[in-house]
Amino acid sequence: MKRKSRGAFLFLTPSVLLLLIFFIVPIILTICFAFTNMALTGSAARNLQFIGFQNFTNMFQDPDFRISVWRTLVFLIFSAVIGQVVLGFILALLMKEKNVTFRRIIGIIVIAGWVTPEIVVAFCMVAFFSDNGSLNQIIGWFGISPVSWLFSFPMVSVIIANIWHGTAFSMMVYQSALDEIPKDIEEAATIDGASNFKILSYITIPMVKGSIVTNMMLVTLQTLGVFTLIYTMTGGGPGTATQTLPVFMYNQAFVNYQFGYGTAISLVLLVIGIVASLFYMKSMKVKV
Amino acid sequence: MKINKFKVSMTAAMASLLLLTTACSSGNSNSGSGAAEGKQEVTITFRSSGSEDTLTKYFESGLIEKFETDNPDIKIKIAPVLASEGDYTSKIVLQMKSPDTAPDIVAEDTSIIKSDAAAGYLEPLDTQVAGWSDWKDKFIENLKAGVTGEDGKIYGIPATSDTRGIWYNKELLAQAGLPVPFKPASWDEVLEAARTIKDKLPGVTPLNMIVGKSSGEGVTMQTLEMLLYGTNDTLYNDETKKWVVSSPGLLDSFKFIDQLFNVDKTGPTMQVALNGQAGSIAFQQLFPQGKLAMAVDGSWAGSTWFENGAAPIENVADKMGFAPFPTQNGQEPGAITMSGGWAWSIPAQSQNKEAAWKFMEFLMNQENATGRVMAEGNLSPRNDSVDVAGYTDRTYTAEAQALLEVAKFRPANDEYATVSAQIQSIVESIASGKLTPEDAVKQLKDNVVRALGEDKVEVK
Repeated sequence: MKRKSRGAFLFLTPSVLLLLIFFIVPIILTICFAFTNMALTGSAARNLQFIGFQNFTNMFQDPDFRISVWRTLVFLIFSAVIGQVVLGFILALLMKEKNVTFRRIIGIIVIAGWVTPEIVVAFCMVAFFSDNGSLNQIIGWFGISPVSWLFSFPMVSVIIANIWHGTAFSMMVYQSALDEIPKDIEEAATIDGASNFKILSYITIPMVKGSIVTNMMLVTLQTLGVFTLIYTMTGGGPGTATQTLPVFMYNQAFVNYQFGYGTAISLVLLVIGIVASLFYMKSMKVKV
Repeated sequence: MKINKFKVSMTAAMASLLLLTTACSSGNSNSGSGAAEGKQEVTITFRSSGSEDTLTKYFESGLIEKFETDNPDIKIKIAPVLASEGDYTSKIVLQMKSPDTAPDIVAEDTSIIKSDAAAGYLEPLDTQVAGWSDWKDKFIENLKAGVTGEDGKIYGIPATSDTRGIWYNKELLAQAGLPVPFKPASWDEVLEAARTIKDKLPGVTPLNMIVGKSSGEGVTMQTLEMLLYGTNDTLYNDETKKWVVSSPGLLDSFKFIDQLFNVDKTGPTMQVALNGQAGSIAFQQLFPQGKLAMAVDGSWAGSTWFENGAAPIENVADKMGFAPFPTQNGQEPGAITMSGGWAWSIPAQSQNKEAAWKFMEFLMNQENATGRVMAEGNLSPRNDSVDVAGYTDRTYTAEAQALLEVAKFRPANDEYATVSAQIQSIVESIASGKLTPEDAVKQLKDNVVRALGEDKVEVK
């Protein structure tokens, strides 16, 4: 028994080492750097100093940081929670038990957004929303004068872009969950005279709750990290209108060259991710 | 059996470790390429604007071949970096941090050179320039301040210089009834001209100024500082060594931007203004198409329209003009320009410093240094360039060169990059109507205090 476990440990060594080198050490380093004045250039780049909680104090006093947290939450709630999760569910529900050809056609259209790389999605969306873009041409057919979407409605534009990009994932998760529900349960409810709405709220949703929560967690974490899409479409602007935390972090680290500060912001982003995950996991345990 | 199992697991573990270490170390074996041929390889890195990049073309036009023929033991490798102005800085800094990736010669914007020198990325060149006769007499003296570090050492050789002013379309101005040549005497005259164009020529953007933070340093230097240094205030107080983060001049400069973009609406649309390529759009598309009347930009920008430029215009000198940018109320000296430019430096981590210096001397001799600025439409840092045939005959060069007399330089300080980044974001917010000029002054002060500390700023 003893020797057996030793053998098991030896087999584990490489993976533990890999985890240590590529995962744990960077996290520990990130945490350490967040407490330093690390900079890309300037005299601070030469004299790396431990500055305690200075970065965090600065951050919480920084109006740009507060704005960014707010923008992140707006982006998260509308593009992830409401947009992808709800829209994905509706799509999956609409496609349930439809014929195979219909499902395939709709499926391909939605999944096209998902398989497209983020940077390509961003460029497509710029082409769609720009002054001479497709959207303005379409509304032009109805006699509506063109709108500078990316300037007048920047947040709405990036939210729509992210929904377009991400909804397929939620749809697929829900499709498989809905397919798992035994048909006879819903049939029994129909025979008992339950309306479609009642079946949905008392039978369907409770039965796929687990998938909903897992999906919410995955989509939230994915959306928290969205950078390329926003940076390419609006650069976080105009002004700070679409400056979410990842964009703010990038600006501090690579535009202002303040690595220590940028790292501190990334830690806050990590904490938000952890808190959101714990929240979802807890709700899953309680309710499922 | 049990022992065998132990052996097997040991072997597996060792094999995996071996695999891991090989995988980790394989990335390090590419340094010193070219050594096999018995040559020293000098890598030269600079910012490229893409396939049509004039500097790349200039290097490849026989310059490198000539040097390699004269110096058979040295091989020159050009390594242009395709990036926006802001990204270029971070990319080269990351390269310069390690001896494995550091180039041997690097192009540095003079706004970042002090910062990079303070960080220890650059090699001081005092010994080299002491033994180089050209340095003492042939380089324009006030450009040397731009390449001198806080410690008083020389960290680069100025390679290009420039001035800024108002580019304008003569035909459009004439159509709007404005005098040509255009020579506004104050800010009000500039704004008034823009309003006239807006009234008379619908569909034409009256005045382009760079305000999108994605355009990087251009926002600070070409827009804010062009305004601010034409007031009675400056961005940095050389006597107290403090940043002037609140002054009447600063507020007026912010008000000018607000007036142009939000009150008069005579600036470009936000979609153009906030685009990282705003400058190229203005000079390569809007100006040649006759959709833009004026633009505040650098002296090099006009070369876009030359025969070999990106958007050639026939008889360019008859169609386009370059006017000095006036001081706020026309006060002395009447016009103002900011001058900057790029320099060549040797990274501290370079492996071939001697060979690199040899090439730099060659690159910056009278013929080659002048050839480069002529190709790029810049001004030369060498005062003997005027003796080179064709240098001063170039269209707009005389006007741009004349402006050097009223030129101001950016604050010589390694905190400049930090302050500039704050300005870029604030100017964008003003132009896009997200901040009033008054709030902008307050926000700039708060942000600079937070970044540099209360003791580094002052209010006028």
